[in-house]
Amino acid sequence: MSTISFRSLLSKNDIFGFVALVILIMILLPLMLDIFRLNLIGKYLTYAFVALGLVMCWGMGGILSLGQGVFFGMGGYCMAMFLKLEASSPEQTAIQSTPGIPDFMDWNQLTELPWFWLPYNSFGLTLISIILAPTAFAFIIGLAMFKRRVGGVYFAIITQAVAAILTILIIGQQGYTGGVNGITDLRTLHGWDIRTDAAKYILYYLNALLLFVCLFGAQIVRKSKLGRLLVAMREREDRVRFSGYDVANFKIFVFCLAAMFSAIGGAMFTLQVGFMSPSFVGIVPSIEMVIYCAVGGRLSIFGAVYGTLLVNWAKTSFSESFPELWLFAMGALFIGVVMAFPNGLAGVYSSYFHTYVERFFQMLKQQFYLKFLSHKTV
Amino acid sequence: MFEEYTMSELTSIFAMQGFAGLILFSVLVLMALGLAIIFGQMGVINMAHGEFMILGAYITYLTSIVFSEHLPDLFSGYFFLAMILAFLGSFFLGAFVEWSMIRHLYKRPLDTLLATWGLSLILQQLYRTIFGAREVGVSIPDWMMGSYPITDLIEVPINGIFVMVLTLFISLGVYLIMFKSSLGKQTRAVVQNRDMAGAVGINTEKVDRYTYAIGCGIAGIAGSAFTMIGSTGPTAGQLYIVDTFLVVVFGGASNLLGTIASAFTISQAQSTLEFFLSGSMAKVLTLLTVVGILMLLPQGLFALKIRR
Repeated sequence: MSTISFRSLLSKNDIFGFVALVILIMILLPLMLDIFRLNLIGKYLTYAFVALGLVMCWGMGGILSLGQGVFFGMGGYCMAMFLKLEASSPEQTAIQSTPGIPDFMDWNQLTELPWFWLPYNSFGLTLISIILAPTAFAFIIGLAMFKRRVGGVYFAIITQAVAAILTILIIGQQGYTGGVNGITDLRTLHGWDIRTDAAKYILYYLNALLLFVCLFGAQIVRKSKLGRLLVAMREREDRVRFSGYDVANFKIFVFCLAAMFSAIGGAMFTLQVGFMSPSFVGIVPSIEMVIYCAVGGRLSIFGAVYGTLLVNWAKTSFSESFPELWLFAMGALFIGVVMAFPNGLAGVYSSYFHTYVERFFQMLKQQFYLKFLSHKTV
Repeated sequence: MFEEYTMSELTSIFAMQGFAGLILFSVLVLMALGLAIIFGQMGVINMAHGEFMILGAYITYLTSIVFSEHLPDLFSGYFFLAMILAFLGSFFLGAFVEWSMIRHLYKRPLDTLLATWGLSLILQQLYRTIFGAREVGVSIPDWMMGSYPITDLIEVPINGIFVMVLTLFISLGVYLIMFKSSLGKQTRAVVQNRDMAGAVGINTEKVDRYTYAIGCGIAGIAGSAFTMIGSTGPTAGQLYIVDTFLVVVFGGASNLLGTIASAFTISQAQSTLEFFLSGSMAKVLTLLTVVGILMLLPQGLFALKIRR
């Protein structure tokens, strides 16, 4: 990694992409929107983590996972379990038959905390498990699948089945997981109320900051030798294998990376929205997350963010005014993106608008030089 | 867990659960046969397969209404006409979808997944707009009601028997089409070597269209059979799609006989487990086992031993 210079890590276009996104997310959106809308944007941006993971995994590595909701959900549930335990201290749950355990456990006649809830009494262990549990799970799936050279379509179907299994499990084991309602009524993080407007602003910026950290991490991977190998693998897997690389290890790495991004997004989702439920784990949300990535452009890490924002904004405004039409629009979006714009927004940008942006910058540069020179001559 | 039952009761419990499993098996086989043709033979991931099935179910529902209002004398036989209409409806929709969408995507199998998922969303919303969000039930003709007692303790419902017989005939029909007819031979030739098949004069585009349409048509028949044992809603197809894909993959994707065998294994395991555990845990255990086995045997249970 030390061989990577700043210049090779961030090309001019990448710097432009980062700066434009920072201005949009950190400055423009908070200035333009009230806190309710901004909180919604914050929620959308948590999906952008998943879409970013999919860019790495699907766009670059060619591995389509239809189970990213699993990792999003795992991250979200880890955070929700910690918050729920904090919200069910013995004083606050004194009316229950067993005080000190979450309310849904009490409703399901549990009398003590199950063993796998115990680590979530500690914030440190919670943070570790948010990162580690989904990544380890992805590692197991990846190890089992990629070492046996299962890929492509089969991998997609099996990850989808995993998403289905986890959803059924969460809904079925109501006493341990909160069932179909999920884990609700989350109030404080270490005594800090996460429901106030000030907290929402802070969480929004924390979320945005984490997103940029992940984007930067993705950029490092993308520009490294590993990134080039991933692309080579997507195009001609056999040739990379014949060159002496163990293809499976790269696939496992990028799948774990995508899982980790998704889990961070899930944890931030729980913090900003205040609950977590199986409706963000299953097959339908997992495929929707793929479409965010596809709309943005499966090859562009910035496109993933814009695609997520655009699709979710459209979804919210559509389903507010014409709820019946939304599914038609969504279906048409799927078909249209695949048939007409396989590279999504990023593809449209680079084939139609990129030259104008370049020209604009050239013009700015010339203006700047002209001014500079004219000053000098005076 | 067995102490409170006598031996004869246990036998009949297993027989009844086994029979319930057989009905599930029939629906799975009908769904999976169509998918095995489309996915196993053509490599197209048809996420809208469940919606083609539901199309068949709604066509059956409409036919039953037409018959009960205008031709009450013939009502007992409406189902056979409904089945043919369901096949034709799904067949032509399938042909249209292949012509407008799928044929542009043969080189990008993962993209067919996304495009057909979009199609399934559109179809779902279409059903909801036309038929309403509530589930509709079909009135079954009298001769299909009731159950047939085998012994004092074991009773089997007649509609279940009917669905199973139907499945048997459809499977036989698919076998004949795929292995004996010239279309089936052409399909298999195109699957094995598209360029070569084209070179010997097979119209590969036409074969693709018919193959896809027949797969969808069989899904329509599956939907028709589905109305006999359950009610139909706009999203009922989505509930089955993951199971169906697992059945096809588990059986070894390009092997029709493997598909039937894996549908049998999965449905029997699930319905037997359902008696001892809750329904959701039975499903989780079955799916987990299938996924686990697929991780060990990625090619499925009955893979063709060929060099790739």
